[in-house]
Amino acid sequence: MTRESLFNIVMMSLLILFPLWAWIADEPFMITLATKAVILALAGVGLNIALGLGGLVSLGHAAFFGIGGYAMGILASHAQSYSPILESPFLIEGTKSMPVIWLVAIISSGLAALAIGVLSLRTTGVYFIMITLAFGQMLFFFSISWPAYGGEDGLPIYVRNGFPGLNTLDPIQFYGICFAILAVVLFFCARLAKSPFGLALNAARQTAERVETVGISPYRLRLAAFTISGMITGLAGALFADLNRFVSPTMFSWQTSGEIMVFVILGGVARLFGPVVGAALFILLEHLLGGLSDYWHIYLGLLLLLIVLFARGGVIGTFAGKGANHD
Amino acid sequence: MTLLSVDKITASYGATQALFGVSLTLGEGDVLALMGRNGMGKSTTVKTICKLLPVTAGKITMAGQDLARLPSYKVARLGVGLVPEGRRCFASLSVAENLIAAARPGHWDSARVAKLFPRLEERRDQSAASLSGGEQQMLAIGRALMTNPRLLILDEATEGLAPIVRQEIWAAIAKLKLETGMAILVVDKSLRELGQVADRAVILQRGQDVWTGSMQDLNDDVTNRYLGV
Repeated sequence: MTRESLFNIVMMSLLILFPLWAWIADEPFMITLATKAVILALAGVGLNIALGLGGLVSLGHAAFFGIGGYAMGILASHAQSYSPILESPFLIEGTKSMPVIWLVAIISSGLAALAIGVLSLRTTGVYFIMITLAFGQMLFFFSISWPAYGGEDGLPIYVRNGFPGLNTLDPIQFYGICFAILAVVLFFCARLAKSPFGLALNAARQTAERVETVGISPYRLRLAAFTISGMITGLAGALFADLNRFVSPTMFSWQTSGEIMVFVILGGVARLFGPVVGAALFILLEHLLGGLSDYWHIYLGLLLLLIVLFARGGVIGTFAGKGANHD
Repeated sequence: MTLLSVDKITASYGATQALFGVSLTLGEGDVLALMGRNGMGKSTTVKTICKLLPVTAGKITMAGQDLARLPSYKVARLGVGLVPEGRRCFASLSVAENLIAAARPGHWDSARVAKLFPRLEERRDQSAASLSGGEQQMLAIGRALMTNPRLLILDEATEGLAPIVRQEIWAAIAKLKLETGMAILVVDKSLRELGQVADRAVILQRGQDVWTGSMQDLNDDVTNRYLGV
């Protein structure tokens, strides 16, 4: 067993034990903090497929996070007001069912990622970063200018959506749902990274030309990865909106894209648990330092600087050493 | 039956023309040696066949299909397997992962590659970057075989390797010829070893084919004039 595997097991255990402790100690706020960390980790895990495996520095992943959030917001707001989303040419009604909302969030963010990817993946480097950023900002301003769904003020949802057989208003049960989704997605990502698709994607990150000579189109490979990445981040957006029972244009903002990228870099780019560690550390710092100063991001910036300069494998790379094929 | 036909192709690196009308043909099961001194257009010819460099004039067909409009990856899917100059394995992947990443359905799989190069099996979990030059070359050949090509192109496959490792590579090429009947285009400078595996040869000089014939016809006069040996 590698040190990284051991580190991952410890991290997974903490994700189980910490909320259990908070539940036993009757600390619902702590459970909510853990839920937020898990959801943000999921968003980072999505980005990690594009950034870590594919080497695609997307500064527009907030677009998918926001689409997932608004998928939840729009469906739930229509369900709570008993008004259909669309009456003609066919009836589309809102829903309060989490699985249906997740499905819509995954499909809509996946389609958006496919469309954005088709255009942006024709470029590389700084142009790719700028195009993804531009798409994210376009959706940000679109959401601001959409008064039907709250415009700049955002859209509140009064009751958390439901999941069959569970009370989602109970923090530990909602945490359980989010944790289970993260676990499933992590398992999927672990398999994906070792599949022929994941290996070819990793190879294309090193050199596209060599991948072409073995009969693989790097463009299609990256497009598929970008789409999967967007779908996972979109699912995280839907869960995040459900956690807060609120969606706002902030979910689309470039700061959100930057934060998702920070999770990945803090934990370790292309490390399976990198975004999990990064998001947990982010929430921890926000909780500990945010109480001391409104400007706690200064310390986050300092930490990020240290990691980028001295620990390029992120926190996991520092503890587990190199050896992952992605540093 | 002609598998690969290269008809009077020209190619350039920017404003510098490198090929001035190269022609060659390769049948199913043929082994063709592409020879010439340094800088005469051997690797450029290979790159144009694989569409890594655009053809500015002339025509290349593979199994009767014109490659003019095909991107590089589609040429590979038609059955052109390239072992590029300088090995160029996927450095951060392990030996096994290098092979899996390139795998396409067909005769060649990881087990068959391991049989051809037992050393790769011993190193299967090791990263490609940590392999010796010879092992990397074996991996590069193995990776090309995993695409199940109809035509294998080896560009300077033995360059810079220790004599004993070169022998292993040449033995593997001979085995491929004997056991699989795969068409092979070999770019190399080792005249003696080429003579043992190749059926025919094409010699390039200053971006043009100046001599084509069977290996038996490759006499001292020809080698002195075009290869300087």
